[in-house]
Amino acid sequence: MSAAGQMDVHWATRSLPEHERPGKYIGSPVQRTEDEALLRGLGQYVDDLKLEGALHAAVLRSPHAHAKILAIDTSVARLMPGIVKIYLYDDLPESAKKRLPILVPNPAIQQVMTQEVLASKEVLCVGDPVAFVVASSRSLAEDACDAIAVEYAVLPAVADCLQALNPSSPTIHSDIASNMAAHVKMGFGDLDQAFALAAHRVRDTFWINRGSAHPMETRGYAARFDPATGDLCVWSSGQTPHLEKKNLIDVLAWHPERLRVIINDVGGGFGPKVMFYPEEALVAHAAHDLGQPVKWIEDRREHFYTATQERDQWWEMELALTAEGIILGLKLIMTHDNGAYLPWGIIMPYIGVTTTPGPYVIPCMGVDLRVVYTNKNATSPVRGAGRPQAVFAMERIMDKAAHSLGLDRSLIREINFVKPEQMPYNNGFIYRDGKPMVYDTGDYPRCQAMALELADYANFPVRQAQARLEGRFIGIGFANFVEGTGLGPFEGATVRVQQDGRVTVLTAACPQGQGHKTIFAQICADQLGVPMSMIDVITADTSTISMGIGTFASRITATAGNSVYLAGKSVRDKVLALGAFLLQVKPEELSLEDGVCFVQSNPVLRKTFAELARVSQGMPGFSFPPGVTNGLEDTQYFSPSQSTYCNGTAVAELELDTDTGQINIIRYCMSHDSGNLINPLLVDGQIQGSIAHGIGNATLEWMRYDDEAQPISTNFAEYLLPMSTDVPHAQLVHLCSPTYLNPLGVKGAGEGGTIPAAAAIISAIENALKETGLFLKEAPLTPPRLFEILHESGFFKRSSA
Amino acid sequence: MQEELHIHLSVNGKAHDCPVSTRKSLADFLRQDLKLTGTHVGCEHGVCGACTVLVNHQTARACLMLAVQADGCEITTVEGLANADQTLSVLQQAFKETHALQCGFCTPGMLTTLTELLAENLNPSEEEVREAITGNLCRCTGYQPIIKAGLLAAERMRALGDEIMTPFGGPSR
Repeated sequence: MSAAGQMDVHWATRSLPEHERPGKYIGSPVQRTEDEALLRGLGQYVDDLKLEGALHAAVLRSPHAHAKILAIDTSVARLMPGIVKIYLYDDLPESAKKRLPILVPNPAIQQVMTQEVLASKEVLCVGDPVAFVVASSRSLAEDACDAIAVEYAVLPAVADCLQALNPSSPTIHSDIASNMAAHVKMGFGDLDQAFALAAHRVRDTFWINRGSAHPMETRGYAARFDPATGDLCVWSSGQTPHLEKKNLIDVLAWHPERLRVIINDVGGGFGPKVMFYPEEALVAHAAHDLGQPVKWIEDRREHFYTATQERDQWWEMELALTAEGIILGLKLIMTHDNGAYLPWGIIMPYIGVTTTPGPYVIPCMGVDLRVVYTNKNATSPVRGAGRPQAVFAMERIMDKAAHSLGLDRSLIREINFVKPEQMPYNNGFIYRDGKPMVYDTGDYPRCQAMALELADYANFPVRQAQARLEGRFIGIGFANFVEGTGLGPFEGATVRVQQDGRVTVLTAACPQGQGHKTIFAQICADQLGVPMSMIDVITADTSTISMGIGTFASRITATAGNSVYLAGKSVRDKVLALGAFLLQVKPEELSLEDGVCFVQSNPVLRKTFAELARVSQGMPGFSFPPGVTNGLEDTQYFSPSQSTYCNGTAVAELELDTDTGQINIIRYCMSHDSGNLINPLLVDGQIQGSIAHGIGNATLEWMRYDDEAQPISTNFAEYLLPMSTDVPHAQLVHLCSPTYLNPLGVKGAGEGGTIPAAAAIISAIENALKETGLFLKEAPLTPPRLFEILHESGFFKRSSA
Repeated sequence: MQEELHIHLSVNGKAHDCPVSTRKSLADFLRQDLKLTGTHVGCEHGVCGACTVLVNHQTARACLMLAVQADGCEITTVEGLANADQTLSVLQQAFKETHALQCGFCTPGMLTTLTELLAENLNPSEEEVREAITGNLCRCTGYQPIIKAGLLAAERMRALGDEIMTPFGGPSR
């Protein structure tokens, strides 16, 4: 270790032999500690909680995209069997009658509209909560929902974000003057000069719909109030325990020290579970009000209506280039359909536009970002968080430029890459973390070269020519991305040696399948010289650590992981100091192994962690000797100075069935650089899984609404998720450029597979059709949509001629 | 229609004789009445496969089946898949080694589905394993490690031959 606590070694590659790894566990593909219980069906997801005497809730939701509520009659429903209470807006405590707080405010937001816990007089999208019914069972609560009579005056709904900007468009809410939620103009450099000097200008408009996250477990909450202590305990299937707690304190006007949020096992998150939703406040309020535990579990249809999504964006781009293909400047107008509410501010579209430059040097850029309200469910980040759209638009315009200039797609990228010697490189923007976008480390040209080599790109023309002779359409496409990960401000961890000698790691980090518990145990075990089996990791319980942010933005290993590392090192120093005092030697004469502190030259002289922990707890009345402090524990809140930027290249080779529009991915290769890898097995798992999500975005997943803003893809038959036969085995290769921004040298790895997938796949589809000259400008390209495009292009006339 | 009926069934080898609401799904019955919460409900319309259980050794969607329809049946849930000595089954162990689960929510359905496959075919091809789980959605893993786990388990079960006991108490075919 260097003086600054920075790891000296770059252990990086997945094939590093054991003796070269920096520790016994860090860098090693250890199996997960989480799996044993989950494989036996003993997970503790929120609906698995067995709360004595629990009541169950259902939500009556608006069937209209925009309407005034004239009257609500619950007289029949109230008397139905099993009904305990029906809550309407007027039944809420005063503190819950305000609109929910905006979680990430921004001065660019012109008109803030967030959701109400229950609609007071106007509903703004299908699924808005109108009544909350608590009953002895879920089915009885749902029966009563059907018996509540709500009289609505239906208002014109705004379904399309481009039409929403038309001055004659109705507004999404009666109190709002315009549908423009935020209008951000930003940029850098002299665009006029760049475009005046340009030998080539390439422009086009792209449309992308990204659908939703669809974790296999929907949202859900449970709460229990203890009248003896005044404690309110809320369980959630969430991603941000402390954020949920903060909001519950405000909405319920609750004492902060009497409110606890626990998040046990979570069946996937991918973004939307970051948000604070009305149902959480309702469950918590009802549990207090009724003095009985209350549980609400979202069903899948509700998830389609109410869990946030990403949905529609329009990207108008114009690129200025020299005759040789060097980029001089880029103009971008991006319009984002944010739905009826801004729960997460404008973060997702903002990430999108600032991600646009990616790995390329863009000397000047102008952005006109228009975040628009519509009468649809709200949007917020989904795995990738706006970046897949940016990469799609940028990589598509790069492909178009390559075609216009007669350059190979790989060459135009090589010409424009940020070179490793330019690192750290400031791309010109201020990022979503409030800091200049300074790419810390990475080798983008090499990453592309590695991926293209793995995919045997050089010989693809031979394969393609052969396939055409056989009457088959195969194509290859690729895409590069740079992703800001490991966002601040902090995520903390406590490491504590217990009196039985076992070690506990406590953190607010909130896993939904990433394997945090395994990773933290690996990091901690190496610092303390204990086997992983001696470590217990407790996550996402607000009672165990005072502050926390949550799991999103590929940030946990880079933040909480480094806190575990720093706290573990500090506890190691405490163990050595106490051991040295008790064994009458210098700390440097001691070693730690298997939970024992011993003198290297004479291992018989030893103290177990259990013995040391008991001494450190103190004896009543006795002072500690100089240099010895109470407790073998430490808490650290690692706070990175800025985001760390991971990157990669995805290459898709596929065959297109032009008769059906169906694609078959023949080979999928990816190079990925997320710095040092704590556990290569888990990193590969993250990448393979996030590629699947990207394949869904490219060809299947399309959250559709009709012109009245009625959602029309509200089950898994109308909205398709990738199945096992849609996802190929991805060949992965890692490059390792450790970051200097955190002691472990790690970057995020959870979203990189998703981000370039649609761009690579759709480029490959276009390449399969290269004889037609078609330029594809939209995602997803579902088989029917692709068939339609082929039909419209005259493809079938040509091929039958 | 009667609101309640008496049913008799075996779940993971244990006999149950109890009244059940006629409107209750098998998934809710297992989770709420028997407290076997390993069977997960992901979509409630028979697409995601998380709730898959074995009914008389055949996979079935517990969300699409009423509890009363299970009268007289032998049910195996994820809680019943471990070996008799409570060690992980060959398939469960293979899942652990290949990192075939992340959030774990789809895992019970994956395990029951592949248990059925391996009971019928101890020598499946990669395509057969892939095909077998097309009715089970997973949002985390991208499926490849699950397919790898299925193949690894098959290989080990073939090596064990008659020593291997299936969750149904008899030697595999």
